[in-house]
Amino acid sequence: MEKPANQARLVKAPEHFISQELIADINTNGLDEKRRNFLQKGFMSALGGVSAGLVSPIAMAAGEGDPAILEKQEWQTTLGKNVATMPYGVPSIYESNLIRRESPGLTRVSAASVAFTPLQGLFGTITPNGLHFERHHQGWYNVDPDKHRLMVNGIVKNPRVFTMNDLMRLPSVSRTHFIECGANTGLEWGNVAVPTVQYTHGMLSCCEFTGVPLKVLLEECGADFKNGKFMLAEGGDGSGMTRTINLESCLNDTIVAWAMNGEMLRPENGFPLRLVVPGVQGVSWVKWLRRLEVGDMPWNTKDEAVHYIELMPSGDHRQYASIQECKSVITTPSGGQQLLDKGFYNVSGMAWSGRGKITRVDVSFDGGNNWRTARLETPVLTKSITRFNIDWVWDGSPAIMQSRAVDDTGYIQPSIKTLRNVRGTRSIYHNNAIQSWKLDSNGEVSNVQVG
Amino acid sequence: MFKLDKLKIRLGVAALITVTAQFTFAQSGSAKFPGIGRVATPAEVTAWDIDVRPDFKGLPKGSGSVEKGQIIWEAQCASCHGTFGESNEIFTPIAGGTSKEDLKTGRVASLKDMKQPQRTTLMKVPTVSTLWDYIYRAMPWNAPRSLTPDDTYALVAFILSLGEIVPDDFVLSDKNIAEIKMPNRNGMTTKHGFWNVKDKPDVNGSACMHNCVPFVQIGSTLPDFARNAHENIAEQNRMYGPYRGADTTKPPIKQLPGASGLGLAHAADTHSSAAKGPSALFKNENCSACHAPNAKLVGPSIVDIAKKYEGQSGAVDKLMTKVKVGGAGVWGSIPMPAQAQLSDEDRKALVVWMLTGGK
Repeated sequence: MEKPANQARLVKAPEHFISQELIADINTNGLDEKRRNFLQKGFMSALGGVSAGLVSPIAMAAGEGDPAILEKQEWQTTLGKNVATMPYGVPSIYESNLIRRESPGLTRVSAASVAFTPLQGLFGTITPNGLHFERHHQGWYNVDPDKHRLMVNGIVKNPRVFTMNDLMRLPSVSRTHFIECGANTGLEWGNVAVPTVQYTHGMLSCCEFTGVPLKVLLEECGADFKNGKFMLAEGGDGSGMTRTINLESCLNDTIVAWAMNGEMLRPENGFPLRLVVPGVQGVSWVKWLRRLEVGDMPWNTKDEAVHYIELMPSGDHRQYASIQECKSVITTPSGGQQLLDKGFYNVSGMAWSGRGKITRVDVSFDGGNNWRTARLETPVLTKSITRFNIDWVWDGSPAIMQSRAVDDTGYIQPSIKTLRNVRGTRSIYHNNAIQSWKLDSNGEVSNVQVG
Repeated sequence: MFKLDKLKIRLGVAALITVTAQFTFAQSGSAKFPGIGRVATPAEVTAWDIDVRPDFKGLPKGSGSVEKGQIIWEAQCASCHGTFGESNEIFTPIAGGTSKEDLKTGRVASLKDMKQPQRTTLMKVPTVSTLWDYIYRAMPWNAPRSLTPDDTYALVAFILSLGEIVPDDFVLSDKNIAEIKMPNRNGMTTKHGFWNVKDKPDVNGSACMHNCVPFVQIGSTLPDFARNAHENIAEQNRMYGPYRGADTTKPPIKQLPGASGLGLAHAADTHSSAAKGPSALFKNENCSACHAPNAKLVGPSIVDIAKKYEGQSGAVDKLMTKVKVGGAGVWGSIPMPAQAQLSDEDRKALVVWMLTGGK
């Protein structure tokens, strides 16, 4: 135990050491020299005349105990802040390191860039709204909700226009789903490129979204579901983001959403309206949603014909690769982190599948040679993040940590080698490989690929 | 005659009543959610329904030549995409990597032989409608939706000429666009297990639990130069709790930090990571959408601005006015939008910061 500093502290004055009369007098007449003297006298008498008690050095011999216990702390001994000092609340100043960050050099223009969620510091399954990852194609705006409109047209009996007032009167649902960019972990297709889980997996968030089911809206407009197999979702930003939605697979669980974790969407996540397409890559969750067009063929828009396509070894481009396959990652400990000491640790991570529910997560500490099954924390929801935990006692020797998730379709998360054998190394999108973290004997964890 | 006229009037009134009834019905919506939403007028649908599909549904009438396209390109597109669509500085290159042979086969050979370092737009895009739709809806970068249909035809024609898909004297129009054959028109596939949840995945892992890999081999590690390429990882982690960030400004520590946490940064040392001052203003006020520290983007780099105005008297006032009201013609023809939202104080801080090279 380190010897605590022999520091001087101000001790709070005892309460009620001045009379009610003096308080009233000061309130009425202000604090002048005379009243200041009264105040000082009252203060001294309350302290029993021990003037040295104003500044009281705490001398503590080494070994007596922890100064965090033995010494009074500022937060116990002074008046705290008023309610609503921060009317919309912000995290503790001691949490200011955990913020969304850009990966330097990834893009040249911030208006068409990515800010990653700090997964290394999150708990449970819900992403705080201020940390939900951002990805814009032409910058974000604070859209005026009074001027926002949603148009539904195409193969529908009644092309209609809805205001936010209209939409928020409709029957709503609230469901928790993950959203993952198709390019999440894309930097690692070829080899290890970035240091931490924030940059390898941080284009991932999970929130409770509230809105009207897409099906309700389309039925209201008399959509022709026999001929209308597809839908174009269009955003109201400068890029006019457009994505084809496959109605056959997405109609039943897609939500036209205005809220996220109990508050309205944040502007950088599409305020006031976005599409929520559970299980499907984030680019299809069109932000600032302003138009839905039902049609009979895919649109081949820019972000489905030039980007968000996978280059296969045959030279073919896979188009409309929408579903985010079963995937998991250990978040604590993870790359760039440092362990304090040998001994017991709770090792924790996240698992998710765009096809359904997580049924099992296995964890290996020896590079995938032997595996143990982790505890899944509830709730385990479909197309949502599931938290897993596993006990581990670290003996101080080097280790390689991995997690491997299984979903209720029986799909097992593959190794990077298995993925590359089929898809090559130039895909960019849909890398759901098992992540490996190497722990050195000095406690430092780094990003590696095995095999 | 009289009776007939009356009948006509009656029919007219009846028709009017029918129309009104239909309109009222549409206004009130279906019986299910009465009073919610209203009919979209034809003018509203026309204003918003601008998408163009691969079968060219939605394509407006118009035309434009390669020659006209080149003029617009050089004025409004080249600063980001390069004079010949070759830029890899800001956005990926538009043209390059395709051949006459690809035009015949409809498959771009360099996607397989990997001879091209980067995939260009023309190597990828299978349908010309995609180019038309995107340019019309979202370009130029800092002034989306400012091009006319004729401008768009001209720009698509120019891009096609860069890929030698059309000759230099070509005029593209709604009449002939369907005849354009793109080099990668046969290079796209939707035959994969990602399109629908019911489809079968192409890859699956192993459920092995014990003695699965007799020899664990590390194939790739983070390169040394990348250890602090994302700045100090210690500051990107919680400074209390069992898992801290490694201090990547220093070489890795030799021994374990130990139970006391000695050698690790602590919560009390945490500082606010939110950037402040002119560099934060520069980013938050969206200046960085067009200006970079060292390289020319849509607008000049900070270093270039500092160089140009070095030692000039009145430079601060001149630039402050320019930031406030916008301008064009000093660095090229792309206008600088007015930034009237900035306070005088912030504007001055930004300008002074820029004139010192952004330091």
